Amino acid sequence: MRTSRLALPAAALVVLLAALARASPGAPAAPSAPQHAPVAPAKPAALIQAEPPPFSEGIYPCSACHAEQKDRTRRELGFHEEQQSVFDHDSEHRWCLDCHDYENRDVLRLANGDQVPFTESYRLCGQCHGDKYRDWRAGVHGKRIGHWDGEKTYFLCVNCHNPHSPRFKGVKEIVVDGKRTTAPTLAPMRPEPRPRRPDEMRSPAPASGAGR
Amino acid sequence: MTGFLEFVKGCGRQVVSGGRAYRLWIGALLALIVVGGVAYAHQARTGLIATNMRDQVSWAFYIGNFTFLVGVAAAAVLLVIPAYVYQWKPLKEVVVLGELLAISALTMCLLFILVDMGRPDRFLHIMPLLGTPNWPRSMLTWDALVLHAYLFLNLTLVLYLLFKTYRGEHYDRRIFLPLVLLSIPLSISTHTVTAFLYNGMAARAYWNASILAPRFIASAFCSGPAVMIILFQILRRTNGLPIKDEAIWKIAELMSYAMFVNLFLLGAELFKEYYSATEHLLYTQYFWGGIGEHRTLVPYAWASLACSVIAFVLFLVPSTRRNYVTLNLGCVLIWAGVYIEKGMGLIIPGFTPDTLGEIYEYRPTATEWAIAAGVFGIGFLVFTMLVKIAVPILVGTFRAPERTEAPSQSPAGIPAH
Amino acid sequence: MTTEKRTALPVVADAPLDPARRAFLRTAAAGAAVASMSACGVNLDDFLRRHFKELSPEELKRVLAKVEQRNRDRFGKETKVSATGARPGVEFGYGLDLSRCIGCRRCVYACVKENNQSRSNPQIHWIRVLEMDKEHGVDLARAESYYESDAVPRPGKFYFPVQCQQCRNPPCVKACPTQATWKEKDGIVVIDYDWCIGCRCCMSACPYGARHFNWATPTLPADELNPNQHYLGNRPRPKGVVEKCTFCVQRTREGRYPACLEACPVGARKFGNLLDPESEIRRVMETKRVFVFKEELATHPQFYYFYAT
Repeated sequence: MRTSRLALPAAALVVLLAALARASPGAPAAPSAPQHAPVAPAKPAALIQAEPPPFSEGIYPCSACHAEQKDRTRRELGFHEEQQSVFDHDSEHRWCLDCHDYENRDVLRLANGDQVPFTESYRLCGQCHGDKYRDWRAGVHGKRIGHWDGEKTYFLCVNCHNPHSPRFKGVKEIVVDGKRTTAPTLAPMRPEPRPRRPDEMRSPAPASGAGR
Repeated sequence: MTGFLEFVKGCGRQVVSGGRAYRLWIGALLALIVVGGVAYAHQARTGLIATNMRDQVSWAFYIGNFTFLVGVAAAAVLLVIPAYVYQWKPLKEVVVLGELLAISALTMCLLFILVDMGRPDRFLHIMPLLGTPNWPRSMLTWDALVLHAYLFLNLTLVLYLLFKTYRGEHYDRRIFLPLVLLSIPLSISTHTVTAFLYNGMAARAYWNASILAPRFIASAFCSGPAVMIILFQILRRTNGLPIKDEAIWKIAELMSYAMFVNLFLLGAELFKEYYSATEHLLYTQYFWGGIGEHRTLVPYAWASLACSVIAFVLFLVPSTRRNYVTLNLGCVLIWAGVYIEKGMGLIIPGFTPDTLGEIYEYRPTATEWAIAAGVFGIGFLVFTMLVKIAVPILVGTFRAPERTEAPSQSPAGIPAH
Repeated sequence: MTTEKRTALPVVADAPLDPARRAFLRTAAAGAAVASMSACGVNLDDFLRRHFKELSPEELKRVLAKVEQRNRDRFGKETKVSATGARPGVEFGYGLDLSRCIGCRRCVYACVKENNQSRSNPQIHWIRVLEMDKEHGVDLARAESYYESDAVPRPGKFYFPVQCQQCRNPPCVKACPTQATWKEKDGIVVIDYDWCIGCRCCMSACPYGARHFNWATPTLPADELNPNQHYLGNRPRPKGVVEKCTFCVQRTREGRYPACLEACPVGARKFGNLLDPESEIRRVMETKRVFVFKEELATHPQFYYFYAT
């Protein structure tokens, strides 16, 4: 039975040859995948402000209407119904001119009278909300997009918090002067659809050209 | 190896010849295999979504059957120890049948793993040299290793013993005995490693208990040999296989001790869960009492316990152990009890609730039943064919042609000293 | 073996094959093997390929080109599949601010788009958002991931998104029998989808339910395919393999934020290099109340939950 006697060693030899063809020096405990050339160490990251502050349509520049200042007394306004009706930012003690500059409505005012542009409104918020401000400066509070090791785009406080009704409810994309920006909403957000339950995933989907 | 071809041809003749009952049995098994094959083709084409397994319950019916069958395979050792360690003659004659059961059970185990894999075409990846097995950290690699080792050991032992007996020759103790004794730790290892596969998963609190490996061994020993008891009675009647009553009763007695240990360990586990009543109780509770309206497994849990307890009593009491009616009833009951306890009763509560608290109640689909039936069909077919070859050799009616002039009446494998 | 003399059995010995016939049979057998394998969709090159970590640079280039070709065949689109390695000196950390998450699930779907997941049957989400009661805290027995509402957050609830925690002591890597999943130097636990055998040991081992299985061929419309892919990340998967969050390896290894972070409307997600003292994530770790999910399992994740307020 020569053929049967040779069968076993022949099979073993085939297996061995296949194994040698596959075997490589060293087990695959080698470190991670073959790499591209290491990226150069990052330069200090640039921080870019996000889209423009979310003004209501046509409301800026404010000086278009507020050319002459007359009355500083705290009162109910006859205009700006949109803001006044929702105003609850410490409404017992604060009113418009605590933040909006009396002389120049195109800027905001700090407690010591300094003026800041709307693009730096965070300095105003940070006067009272110091811990949030410090967290925001470090990137811990609020949103940033871009690169963890490079250029980031940061969002202003007012992109998420309506300064007249600051408690967060939701956000949406709007267009201001032809540019897309994020603005806070007055109503909470609707969640995306729930995932499918396991028993809702039955037979495979019909074979479509793209899916296969 | 002279005469081996003749032996193989003779085996072939044994397998294809038989009475009406035999043909019907083979026909039924082949039908099951075809059903399983068609179902597997469907599953291979559409993916495992044809089962009811999902991310939440990612192992289920196939792995449950696998776990039970590894236990059945390990149970051959319950025959080997008295026969070869304690030299108890009445069992020595029939140990080989236990090894045949182990081979069939191991075949089914490997098939259940195969049908459960998402990419069976990549089986080479787990093999040494040809792939990159994550040995020694991954328990599945150990499982693959010991299962195959145990399978090949049993095949070697059986082939050697049967071929020698077929030729009327005496086997060489120096080869045979060490291998048989090796099969004892190897068989315990297969089941311990399988237990460790579950035990090692810290994510699954239901399994992450040190008691799991002892429970596996106990439940293996109390269920596997039940098949042997029934089979021996059939073979005694149909083939005149000389098995003494005391051999059968001794197996039953050993099984009763294993049943006690099994029930004791279950009790210990239940005490720890219900008394300490930590968050981990949730999984045990799902099995025995359900959670809210999720109660699918509860009737099976209690049925399994009832079967195991009744079987224990039947096996323990000598009068019911020696009465073949109650003994066979006990065998069926213990198989049912352990099948539930170790199959779905082990796997499903491990996943329910899942790691994020979700409860997905799993039930096998028709595809899973069909494939499982096909695998059992293959296993039973393998076992039937092996027994069909082995018993005539043991009894003496299937011998090498030149040996028929001097028939050796001594039962299988006993070297005539 | 007994040594008594025996008359030789009339065994019909096989006539020795002549060499030409043997060579023909060998080639025929090999050809049949290859043909049957390709009929089952198995390519011989793929069958004999080695582990990803053993590939030479040329072999890797070939493998990536093959993946791009497969994308072309499957979706009719040009894609770029890279295999960028981990950057030295980088250990990624992820922070999730539980005081901010409102449960809007925008992260879930941004991830699906970015990472080319199966859309239906199965629907695979790498992020799962759990809704829990503030009254009971982190109690998974009461968690609900199928919440539906007109508005979030719902009163009295808080939201707890879960995804792969990129553990430093990953149970999935320990359990995988083929080393198809491993932890890279920057901390990301990756999967080679062409090596996974679909045994799902890793899924049983993961305490966070973070790993997901392609129970069928993924359904991915060609017009929604993200063509910027990484071999170990978001390239389209075949049927029968496991996948999970990779911290958007195709983005983060190029220095960008993960898609989930950029989608979050409230800035609840923070990401960076834990080894960089100036990074946001370091600031979080040093100044906030930080905790780890299922800490008792000692998985030591690189994913941290914190409360900013």
